[in-house]
Amino acid sequence: MTLADNYQDAGHVSPSACPACAVAPSAERLAELGRPVNARLMLSLPTAHCAACISTVEHGLMAVPGVQSARVNLTMRRVSVDADADVTADTLISALKGVGYEAHELDPGLLSATETDKQGRDLLMRLGVAGFSMMNVMLLSVAVWSGAEDATRDLFHWISAAIALPTVIFAGQPFFKSAWAALRVGRLGMDVPISLALILASSISLYETWMGGHHAYFDAAVMLSFFLLAGRYLDHRTRAVARSAAEELAALEVPRATVLRDGVEVVLPISDVIAGDIVRVRPGGRMPVDGIVTDGTSEVDRSLLTGESLPGFAGVGTIVSAGEVNLTGPLTLRVTAAGKDSSLHRMADLVAIAESAKTRYTSLAERAARLYSPLVHILSFSAFGYWLWQTGGDVRFAINISAAVLIITCPCALGLAVPAVVTAASGKLFRKGLLIKHGTALERLAEVDTVVFDKTGTLTMGTPQPTNLADHSVQVLSIAAALAAGSSHPLARALAEAAQVTLAVVTDLHEVPGYGVEGTWNGTRVRLGRAAWCGTTALPDTATYLSLNGETHAFTFADRLRPGAETAVAALKAQGKRIILISGDAPGAVADLAARLGIDDWTAEALPEQKSARVAALSAAGAKVLMVGDGLNDTAALAAAHVSISPATALDAARVASDIVLLGQDMSPIGDAVRISRQATRRMVENFGISAAYNVIAVPLALMGMATPLAAALAMSLSSITVSLNAMRLR
Amino acid sequence: MDILGFLIPISLLLGGIGLVAFFWALKNKQFEDPQGDASRILTKDFDDHPKP
Repeated sequence: MTLADNYQDAGHVSPSACPACAVAPSAERLAELGRPVNARLMLSLPTAHCAACISTVEHGLMAVPGVQSARVNLTMRRVSVDADADVTADTLISALKGVGYEAHELDPGLLSATETDKQGRDLLMRLGVAGFSMMNVMLLSVAVWSGAEDATRDLFHWISAAIALPTVIFAGQPFFKSAWAALRVGRLGMDVPISLALILASSISLYETWMGGHHAYFDAAVMLSFFLLAGRYLDHRTRAVARSAAEELAALEVPRATVLRDGVEVVLPISDVIAGDIVRVRPGGRMPVDGIVTDGTSEVDRSLLTGESLPGFAGVGTIVSAGEVNLTGPLTLRVTAAGKDSSLHRMADLVAIAESAKTRYTSLAERAARLYSPLVHILSFSAFGYWLWQTGGDVRFAINISAAVLIITCPCALGLAVPAVVTAASGKLFRKGLLIKHGTALERLAEVDTVVFDKTGTLTMGTPQPTNLADHSVQVLSIAAALAAGSSHPLARALAEAAQVTLAVVTDLHEVPGYGVEGTWNGTRVRLGRAAWCGTTALPDTATYLSLNGETHAFTFADRLRPGAETAVAALKAQGKRIILISGDAPGAVADLAARLGIDDWTAEALPEQKSARVAALSAAGAKVLMVGDGLNDTAALAAAHVSISPATALDAARVASDIVLLGQDMSPIGDAVRISRQATRRMVENFGISAAYNVIAVPLALMGMATPLAAALAMSLSSITVSLNAMRLR
Repeated sequence: MDILGFLIPISLLLGGIGLVAFFWALKNKQFEDPQGDASRILTKDFDDHPKP
């Protein structure tokens, strides 16, 4: 904990102007030393959204003993808490739950990068400087346009130069740097014509001012840098929000393992666990490592890895892999692979490889730049050549014209066209609970025509619900509920919750990990648990069995639907998308869910490779696939799809592989997201059209040598404003 | 037109003050949480007694 170290450093003697002070610490210093070492905790607050939320959360946290201060950041949706060292994140999370907010612990170390968003502040500063000079230069330019002459005009030009030149040098740096980087590898990006226009406009204006000429383009140069920086800043902010939220998701899991070393249990970070260690996993915990069970029996939930909703048995000798959840009894494992070598991590590495292959999509902006950059250069140089020939070698006039062409065609509106739309759209989607992780995800989402869903954990919550309670007598139910109340197994918990009966008196209740619960009722032995253990054969559905007086009663379960799943599927269907359900679960459960949601095309018992192969086959057939999934078994398919969405509860490998993350539990925003993305792409194309239209009018004027600085300024600001307003029209 | 000799420096000075104020705000992390600050002004927490 680096933060704690810093606080301890406060006690060290620092060099001081007064030697006596250093020897005898001040009263304040003593008081500071007397206080317990502080800790700063970070929590993410996905549901905070309003003014009332801020005060509820802050007051709720301040009421916790030991908390010194709490401050909500509504933009980032997190709260940072300064508290005594003995205050844990769990206390704070339960306090927040008490006032009605969901919260998750974040690893402050992983978040440090976003705390000091230096790049963003740097851009904002350059934007401020450009804005300041733009206003001042524009004031002076208005005087020139309205007819200032001779000495006055020259004076105004000189003052403009004094303001504009340092501004262009300072504010234009991001463009110069990226243009240089592009030129060095022999490419023409959008930034090359921008930089050329900035440099040419400034130098030609300086020369004209020196010669006492009529036209200076200082206002155009600063305006250009202002508008382009505005676009750059919007772009950066959208990315920063997405990146910080992605980091937040990564920081959500603080992976630790309870390791038995020299007979003592110690909690270690995963990176310190080595093969051969003995690791304890308590019921309800997730396996931190790959290993072999050496002691204990239990059941493990593999749904995140395989999509099976039914827990499997685990006893001595069972091989378990990282990511599985231990359900009923404590397990002791001998580690076979940990950290970077574990199966979970190997899978994540595969995803990284798939990811790098995926970024081949060229965005609309890139395609526009590819078309646009050569065109601008050709236009400008041919104007120069033509006028040089026409005027019989008047270099000054020819350069003036080619600078005017560069300035007029300069992609002010182009630079704003995409960032403004992306900012508006991703802000809108973020409010709906969708986080766009990838820059081109919106555009790709707009092209989607086929949607592939995973079942367990995606369309369903992974929490079971009993389906046949009505088939059983009250007596059977009350015994089953009484037995179920004694277990923490998810099926038992769901049964105890759903059975609205008075519990029968069952004595001698005890859980047999891996099998079920056993007790005595009216002097007879009763059991609730696995089919074989209760002396019957298993049904095809997810079920638990009650053995009573030699009879067995089966309780079947179905997975609970994720809220909004029906709405999302219906909305996508209404938009004419083909919907496919591919699951690793048993056919019975999948068919049932497909029928409930009205999905005709479904596949059950699909292995991870089959899932990604199916997605790849669909893509090869020309379909643009949107994959929605959460488990490790979906990860490869998520990476193979054209665009992918995963819920925030997904395994981190799946979240890394997907382009869009669903922050809340509700799934209904997916339908909206597809609609908004299509609208956003349309706005981008419209914006390109608008800026092209301005160019079509202005470029011939510039080529004929009729573009005055006033015309350039008008075209530039009008097109930029129209484009931004068009982006705001997003509904 | 002598008045220009005063007006131009004054307008530059005023603009410069604005620019410095902007830098100051930037340094003081006033742009860290725009959404939160916009909402905070609506809370009534410290209306009757100042923030301790």
